[in-house]
Amino acid sequence: MSEGDRRIEELVAELLAEHPPDSTPDVEFWRAQYDKGLAWAWHPEGFGGLGLSRKHQTRIDQLLVAGGASTENRYLNLLGIAMGAGVLDAHATDEQKRRWLRPMFTTEEIWCQLFSEPGAGSDVAGLATRAVKDGDEWVVNGQKVWTTLAHIAKWGMIVTRTDPDAPKHQGITYFIVDMEAQGVEVRPLYQITGEAEFNEVFFNDVRVPDENRIDAVGAGWRVALTTLMNERVAIGGASTPRGSGYIGQAVDVWRETGEDDPVLRDELLHLWAEAEAARLTSIRANQMASAGIPGPEGSTGKLAWANLNKEITAFTVDLLGLDGTLYPEGYELSRPERGGLHEPAKAFLRTRANSIEGGTSEIMLNILGERVLGLPGEPRVDKDLPWAEVPRG
Amino acid sequence: MAEVDVSYALSEDQELIRNTARQFLEERIGLERVRELMMSDDGFDRGLWKEMADLGWPGLAISEEHGGAGLGPVEMSVLLEEMGRLVTPGPFFASAVLATTAIQQAADSDSQARLLTSLASGEIIATLAVFESPRGWRILPTVTFAERSGKGWKLNGEKRAVLDGHLADVLLVVADTREGVGLFGVDVNATGVGIAHESTLDATRRQATVTLDGVELEDTDRLDEGDTSAALRRTLLVATAALAAEQVGGAQQCMEMAVDYAKTRYQFGRPIGSYQAIKHRCANMLMEVEHAKSTAYHAARVTDEADELEVAAPLAGSICSEAYVWVAGENIQIHGGIGFTWEHDAHLYLKRAKASSLLLGSPRHQRDMMGQALGI
Repeated sequence: MSEGDRRIEELVAELLAEHPPDSTPDVEFWRAQYDKGLAWAWHPEGFGGLGLSRKHQTRIDQLLVAGGASTENRYLNLLGIAMGAGVLDAHATDEQKRRWLRPMFTTEEIWCQLFSEPGAGSDVAGLATRAVKDGDEWVVNGQKVWTTLAHIAKWGMIVTRTDPDAPKHQGITYFIVDMEAQGVEVRPLYQITGEAEFNEVFFNDVRVPDENRIDAVGAGWRVALTTLMNERVAIGGASTPRGSGYIGQAVDVWRETGEDDPVLRDELLHLWAEAEAARLTSIRANQMASAGIPGPEGSTGKLAWANLNKEITAFTVDLLGLDGTLYPEGYELSRPERGGLHEPAKAFLRTRANSIEGGTSEIMLNILGERVLGLPGEPRVDKDLPWAEVPRG
Repeated sequence: MAEVDVSYALSEDQELIRNTARQFLEERIGLERVRELMMSDDGFDRGLWKEMADLGWPGLAISEEHGGAGLGPVEMSVLLEEMGRLVTPGPFFASAVLATTAIQQAADSDSQARLLTSLASGEIIATLAVFESPRGWRILPTVTFAERSGKGWKLNGEKRAVLDGHLADVLLVVADTREGVGLFGVDVNATGVGIAHESTLDATRRQATVTLDGVELEDTDRLDEGDTSAALRRTLLVATAALAAEQVGGAQQCMEMAVDYAKTRYQFGRPIGSYQAIKHRCANMLMEVEHAKSTAYHAARVTDEADELEVAAPLAGSICSEAYVWVAGENIQIHGGIGFTWEHDAHLYLKRAKASSLLLGSPRHQRDMMGQALGI
C-alpha cells in the first residue's frame, strides 16, 4: 500500500470515529470531511484536499460508503462539486477558494452554471449577456437559459461579454454571481416532459463585486473550457453496475410483459450488448486515466450514452405496446424530485435532452474528430471579427 | 452473476510482444506481400510460417511443458490484434488458436503431449473441422459419425468452412460417436479424406470442405473421452474472444486509413475531413472501434472465468464483428472512387471483416448465446 493510501485510510477511520455517520447530521459530517482534506483529494491541503490524485478520491468515497457515510452531497450540489470546484481549483485565488469551497462541499450553498443563452447554444462563445465595469463592481444585463438548479442556487458560474469589440473568444469574463442579488429573476423552463428541471434566468442591472471575478478580465473563455471539460467527464465518465440504468429497465419490462418475440429479443440483446460495450469503455477509460495513460476511450462516453439512452427508452416504450401510449404522471408543470429512473414514456421524452445538454452530439462529434483524430476544423467566418460585427439571428 | 474486475493496461512484456509483432509484420509481410499471397494458389508461404515459428508464435499460448511459451489469452490477443491490422494471411488462427485451443480444452493428456509439442514448434499445422451447415454453428454433428471398427474407429461425414484445411497436416474432426460428441485427429493423407479448397470471399483466409468417406482410425486417434461437447463449446468461446482481438486490429487500421485520407484529400478547396459530413463519420468510427476494443480486451481477460466468458465472448463476438464490418465499409465510402478499386487496400479489410463476422457465428447467433447466458 502506498503512503497516500495509508494516509487516507487513517484519515477516513479518524473521521468515521469522530463523527459516526448514523448520529451526525450530514452537513456536519461533510464539514469535518472537508476539513480533513477528504473532499477533493487532489486539491492542495487547506482546500479540501491532500495534494494526492483523483483516484485517491475514488478510494476515499468507497471507504466512506462502506463506513455508512453519505456521499449524497455530490448529487445534491452536482454542478458545484463536479464542475465549480474544478474551476476554482484551476483558476481562483486562495481567498476565493477559502470563501466558496467549503460551503459548496457541505451543500450549504448550492451552485448553478449560467452558460447557455437563447442566442448562444452550441456557440457558447457567442454569448451576449453584458457585464460593464462600474467602480469596484460590474453591472450585468442579459438572459441565460437551460439552467439546472438556478431556483435553489446561492451561486452561479456566469460567462459574460465584457468587450464587444474584441473577437468573440477574447471579450469574455467569468464571474461567480450571487443568485440572491437584486435584479436576478429565475423562472421555471417548462420542458417536454412536463417537468421544469431547468430555468430561465434574467439579469437586470445585477451588481457583481470585482472580487467575484475568476481569472483575468477577458480570460473567461479559458475558464469556461475548464468548466465544460469537467462537465463532460461528469456526464460521460460514471461507472455503473452491469445491466443497470435504462437497459435494466428494458430487461425488466421484457420479463414483465412475458414477451418472447424473437425479433424483439434480438433487438433487446443488441441494445444490451451496445450498453455493455459503452459501460466497459467507461471502466477502461477511468482505469487508463487514473494510471496516467488517458486515450481516446475517455472522450466517447457522453456521446455513446446519449445515443443509447434514446434508443433504449424508445425500445422500452415499443415493448409496452398500447400501454406505452399512456403518460401516467400527466403534463402539469412540476419540479422534479430525485428518484431512480423515470417510467418508460417519460424516460423516452427526457432522454431527448441527452444529446443536447452538456454539448450536443454534433459538437461532441466535432470534438472527437478535431481534438482526438486531428481532423481540420471547419473554416470559421466569425473567429477574427469583433463580436459586435458577427452576424446573428 | 458476479462482475469480474479486470486490469486493462498492458505490462511491459505485453508491450514488447506488441512492438515485436508490429515490426515483424510490417517488415516481413506488409500489404504488398499480403496481396501476392492472396493471389497465390495456397495463400500461404511456408518460409513465413517458419519465421513465425522461430519467434515462438504458434506456441505462444501452449504450456512450457509442451514446448510453448506458456503465455495466456491476453498475450495472444495482443498478437492477434497486430495480425489483424495487416490482414495477415496463413493458418495462424486456424492452427495456433482454434486447433490448439480445442486440444487444450478437449484432448486427454496423452493426446496433448503428442500433438501440442509439434504444434508449438510449428512443425505441424492443424485445424478444427466442426461446422456442417451454413447457419448451423453447433457442436453436435448431424452428418459426421464415428463408429467402432475393430480396435479403432471409422469416420464418415462432411465438414464445411474448415479454416485453412488445404494446408493442414492434421484435421481435428468433431463427430457423433452415438455415445456423445468426440474429437478425432485425422491425418490429411489418410485414405478416404477429401479436401476441397474453396474459393473464399476473404482470399487472405482460406477454407476447405472436408469429406470423410470411411476413414479408418486407430484407437489413439480419438483424442478425448466421454462426451466432449462442453469442452468444444468452451473452445469456440475462447476462439471467439481471440477472433475479436484480430477484428479490433483490422477495425483500428480501417479507421486510421480513413482519417489519414480525410486529412489529405482535398475537394472544394479544403480537406474533406474538415466537412462535418466526413468528420462525423470518422468520429463515429472512433467510437465503434473503442467500444469494440473494450469488449475484446475484457473477453481476453476473463478467459479463465467460465461463467463470465459465456457472456463476454459472444458480447465481443457480436460487437467486434459488427464494428469491423461497419468501419471497413465506412473506410471505402470515405475513400470514394479510389476505395472501390482493386489496387486500393480497403477491400482487403471489408472482405476479412465480413467473412470473420460469420466464421464462428453471426452477430445474431452470438447475441442469442449471450442472451441464454444472461437468462434473457
